[in-house]
Amino acid sequence: MSRLKIRFDELAKEGRKALIPFITAGDPYPEFTVPMMHAMVEAGADVIELGVPFSDPMADGPVIQRASERALEHHTGLRKVLSLTAEFRKTDQTTPVVLMGYLNPIEIMGYEEFANAAQRAEVDGVLTVDLPPEEAEECVALLKARDIDQIFLLAPNSPVDRIKKMDAVGSGYLYYVSVKGVTGAGHLDTADVERKLAEIKQHTDLPVGVGFGVKNAETAKTIASLADGVVVGSAFISKIEANLDDPEQAKKEIIELIKSMRQAMDS
Amino acid sequence: MYNMPDERGHFGPYGGIFVAETLMPAITELNEAYERYMKDPEFIAELDADLQHYVGRPSPLYHADRWSRELGGAQIYLKREDLNHTGAHKVNNTIGQALLAKRMGKTRIIAETGAGQHGVATATVAARLGLECVVYMGAVDVERQKQNVYRMNLLGAKVVPVHSGSSTLKDALNEAMRDWVTNIDDTFYIIGTVAGPHPYPAMVRDFQTIIGREAKEQCIAQAGRLPDALVACVGGGSNAIGLFHPFIDDESVKIYGVEAAGDGVETGRHSAPLCAGRPGVLHGNRTYLMADDDGEIIETHSISAGLDYPGVGPEHSWLKDTGRAEYVNITDDEAMEGFYALTKLEGIIPALESSHALAYAIKLAPTMAKDKIIIVNLSGRGDKDMHTVRIREGIDL
Repeated sequence: MSRLKIRFDELAKEGRKALIPFITAGDPYPEFTVPMMHAMVEAGADVIELGVPFSDPMADGPVIQRASERALEHHTGLRKVLSLTAEFRKTDQTTPVVLMGYLNPIEIMGYEEFANAAQRAEVDGVLTVDLPPEEAEECVALLKARDIDQIFLLAPNSPVDRIKKMDAVGSGYLYYVSVKGVTGAGHLDTADVERKLAEIKQHTDLPVGVGFGVKNAETAKTIASLADGVVVGSAFISKIEANLDDPEQAKKEIIELIKSMRQAMDS
Repeated sequence: MYNMPDERGHFGPYGGIFVAETLMPAITELNEAYERYMKDPEFIAELDADLQHYVGRPSPLYHADRWSRELGGAQIYLKREDLNHTGAHKVNNTIGQALLAKRMGKTRIIAETGAGQHGVATATVAARLGLECVVYMGAVDVERQKQNVYRMNLLGAKVVPVHSGSSTLKDALNEAMRDWVTNIDDTFYIIGTVAGPHPYPAMVRDFQTIIGREAKEQCIAQAGRLPDALVACVGGGSNAIGLFHPFIDDESVKIYGVEAAGDGVETGRHSAPLCAGRPGVLHGNRTYLMADDDGEIIETHSISAGLDYPGVGPEHSWLKDTGRAEYVNITDDEAMEGFYALTKLEGIIPALESSHALAYAIKLAPTMAKDKIIIVNLSGRGDKDMHTVRIREGIDL
């Protein structure tokens, strides 16, 4: 059984919702990442989404674009991200880690080599923004054989047949992108999210995480009342960007924000 | 008979649809509209009328007699896409996509541009149809193609400089994709080349094959037979596929695509993914790319902004792998030789993009007999490149 399944089952039993922070690996420098991951877990994170930097992040807003650029200045490519995950695993055997990024780094490495490397690094899930289920068959099969979940996205404009398709091919959880747009953009409309989640839930038993536009404890709490998980990315990365001369300060602020979200979600 | 792509947009392993989920409904909608209207006699009649009366088609097929004699080999015929309205082949496609956008009820047009030719061609049709138009352009290209930026502004388009990544064409494409995903309900994205997710590679090709269909007819009318070889420059590859596609089943016709070698393929400073890249996924399709071992996209270089792109249309990848077309490369310096040859011997100033094809013809023609025929696609005129050429020559006006 995958770590993601175990984690979501536990949370469901406790009646709690998953807090899923996203950070870009290697931002602002590679040595920052693993201690940050451990600190996030300590502050209340249930699953970690680790961004694999890509030179052409088409679905990301300016905040995560710049995070990728900073990480790539330190050559934090896919191989480096896998080694950071393995390092994290040495002292945390239970928190699921999901690699989130774009397809090309995996294509260039080769699907099978990637699947093997991900297994060795004890990666739990892979979310590839530009890999829709129609093109994902080979990759999903290789990952599934190694107990690694492939996580797929759903959008506000996804029709029912897409929801059914994601339910059929995806595992671990489904990631609902709450706004039409790029990461970190726009204003999240709670009523819209509630309506769409109700529709999604009719067609899947997989946990559903909601991301794009969750910036503070209050929104996290609202989303947690509707979904199985809350994904937060740009809000944390903004803190890294605002404290490039003092990454420890960024870390402190991220931890505070996670704690406040955790508290709001559990209360 | 050649019949690519398949219904999901695959050219063998290449092409396909690799986009974020929010774009999927828009792509499905576009695909349905494209399939429907390409079979609609009324749509085709409107498109044909515009191509004739607005663009000025058919473009001539011109026998460059003097230049051919100078080279001492095969006869070179130029397909004069430089004579189209707006000065390049790009308008063949923007006319078609804009008519499609209008029928789909979209009120806002976005586009990416490198040299600015596609941006100008898009701004032009948007002005004519009264559609709002936003063009994304790398900040580096905005600087080196100021005149085209001004043209787009005159035509009523908003030009947005893109500062992310390498600030060139690929980054403009990224930004246009981000706009599209944000404004998906009212916006039509006019991609300028045969790349992007399906149906773009097939759709843009279908709008550009007017080049090859005319050239075939004209060659038979003028020379009484098919050509022996076709030559076209390849950045994304839309002018090339437009010329090549109607000849794919004519096995006697050799096909040469010419990539930009920049400072030379061996220097790493080039834009030649088919000659020196590897298959990967970028901008919605699988194709040959310039990427490093981590899959990060490598920055490209070419004297011509229109060829400065790390990918290439997926159909070219397929034609390369199957051997139906041969892909070669031409350096900046060689392209300049092509530029000067045509200017001085034929009185035609070509675009630097097209100069790559001309430069390859300089190599190819002398290896062929005098009764052989080469058609070179003169995809655009050189007015936009005066500044670049002048700087290169060190001339201060």
